[in-house]
Amino acid sequence: MSGLQIVFLIVAVVTLFSGVMVVASRKMMHSALWLILTLLGVAILFATLQAGFFAIVQVLVYIGAISILIIFTLMLTRRVMDDEHPQVIKGWWLPAVMAVILFGLIAGFLATWEDFQVMLNELPADAENLAAFGSALVNPAGYVIPFEVASVLLLAALVGAIYIAVERKEKTR
Amino acid sequence: MIPLSWYLIAAAALFCIGLFGVLSRKNAVSILMSVELMLNAVNINLLAFWHYHTQLQGAGQITPQVFVAMVFIVAAAEVAVGLALIISAYRRRETPVVDEMTLLKG
Amino acid sequence: MSFWRDPIIFIIEWAKGLLAGIGWGPGWATIVGFVIGAFVLATGAMFFVVFLIWYERKLIGRLQDRFGPNRLGPWGLFQPIADMLKIFTKELITPSGVDWIAYNLAPILSVAAVLMMWAVTPFSKTFFGVNISVGILFLIAVGGLGEVGIILAGWGSNNKYALVGALRAVAQLCSYEVPFVISALVPVMLTGSMSLVDIVEAQNPWYILVAPAAALVFFIASVAETGRAPFDLAEAESEIVAGYNVEYSGLKFGMFFVGEFLHAFTASFIFVTVFLGGWRGPGADQIPVLGLVYFMIKTFIVYFALILFRGTNPRFRIDQMMDLNWKVLTPLSLVVIMVIALVDRLFASSADWLRTVILLAANLVILVVAERLIRRGVKTTRPEVGSRERPVASPDNLFIQPGSGAKG
Repeated sequence: MSGLQIVFLIVAVVTLFSGVMVVASRKMMHSALWLILTLLGVAILFATLQAGFFAIVQVLVYIGAISILIIFTLMLTRRVMDDEHPQVIKGWWLPAVMAVILFGLIAGFLATWEDFQVMLNELPADAENLAAFGSALVNPAGYVIPFEVASVLLLAALVGAIYIAVERKEKTR
Repeated sequence: MIPLSWYLIAAAALFCIGLFGVLSRKNAVSILMSVELMLNAVNINLLAFWHYHTQLQGAGQITPQVFVAMVFIVAAAEVAVGLALIISAYRRRETPVVDEMTLLKG
Repeated sequence: MSFWRDPIIFIIEWAKGLLAGIGWGPGWATIVGFVIGAFVLATGAMFFVVFLIWYERKLIGRLQDRFGPNRLGPWGLFQPIADMLKIFTKELITPSGVDWIAYNLAPILSVAAVLMMWAVTPFSKTFFGVNISVGILFLIAVGGLGEVGIILAGWGSNNKYALVGALRAVAQLCSYEVPFVISALVPVMLTGSMSLVDIVEAQNPWYILVAPAAALVFFIASVAETGRAPFDLAEAESEIVAGYNVEYSGLKFGMFFVGEFLHAFTASFIFVTVFLGGWRGPGADQIPVLGLVYFMIKTFIVYFALILFRGTNPRFRIDQMMDLNWKVLTPLSLVVIMVIALVDRLFASSADWLRTVILLAANLVILVVAERLIRRGVKTTRPEVGSRERPVASPDNLFIQPGSGAKG
């Protein structure tokens, strides 16, 4: 077992455990903290895949912004929700069974693919070429249209979120 | 050094955990957090296949990277709008439990 | 390399040779080297804060026309040690009802986020932690980790004033990330790489001489990011009962305190790295330890400017801070980046010095236009107080208020 494999196993176990704690925690705030740990674990997994740029963008976007938004919302909507009652619905065994079956199906189907056990070796140092990625995002023969559409999506989300969340004093009463 | 199967199984497990969370949690913010877990699992999958294809074909593949960037962007936009909706719905109905938001029920 | 030219790398290579002599493989020796290096750097940074606290207190004292601490030791040098002893021996009071994990994790995260920034900056030509290809993005990402620490502090304290203080602090930090990131993109554009080592290596004229508008926006945004005066609404003593760290005592509060001073120093040396040429100077290429000396001198000059900034400006209100961010800094940084991108591309093929001069001219034009626009937008009418009738105390009306109708 090489060092990288040990690191991967530890990080994957921690990530999956935190994921389970996210969906099983009784207190909402603990759920959010476990989510931050899961996102950090996923960032480390990105780094083991030699996608360092995406690891750091994961920390920046998910942990630095999305987690903070989620924690803000938890703080703003806490009043009535009791932390002592169970947080899952009454018939939670059915989604659990479905999730396990789905996992079995995915893993089983992937195992029939012939390249399933391929060893991912270390890539040469210039594999993650940020300059090529950047120029592909603005290249008309590349991915400029998805890029621009994504910018418009972000603008729409920004305007929409502000409009929805602004307290309309003349309407609520 | 690490077999591709390990990444794919880890991603599938995370996805199924997120799916369980979406289907069985009461609080609306919890459901959103579980959706984030699913999106992260998708990202792990995409980057594992990026690594695999770069290893196969030598040159850096751009398409998986653009796809991952799009998933980041869509996740961020969706969280922002989703949380705004939850806050707004909480203000009307005074509860973040989705089971009690049944106004549209026929 | 000899010992005198580059003492730090000499010691590291000697230690690695020692481990190889024992029989360890080079991979393990590198890992041990990293662990020891991280430990030494973090501990050294924490001890260095002692000197920073002394420096700041003496300087603020002098700004305020007093001496600053001068009783303990020559020039008061042992004063911070006395402060540390006091903080170590204070009782750690944990209020009831706190969330144990969040309450205790918050100071750790705050300090850890700052120390992680020390891992990617190049202190000299050969002495740096790691050379990540996305160094600038890493700095911004760990700033986000610091914000999580503040939220945990505010929420875990079980105190609504701490919560409101933490929410305001995080709103300030999140908002000021926008001009911080946009103006940090300017050196990235001029260098062509996000790695901090490359940015320092490419600064032939320092970037502050090429893009002073971006440097100004970056400086103001990083002062706001560290939460120092005049942006210290979140943690000042007279505001909201000292903010998110109100329920912390003893060493936990000491951690926040140390983290804030260290963050100010870190912000100074990030500014030095990105805009002031880092370790560059005459002779720093051949003699790496001279690079470290230049780096320290430049950082202390910027830290001096930060302390001057703190001692002379009154505090901003939260709405003034948000106005400054969204109405001044963000549009200014967007205009700067667009103009610099355009000018850089138009004159990409001309001589280096010509491009530098034209970029400098464009930046100065932007600064002058921005100053005119801001001056026009600021409210300039002040209430006229000089001509109002002022009540003057004299023995016959000593106890009578003017305007109360009583007669003297």
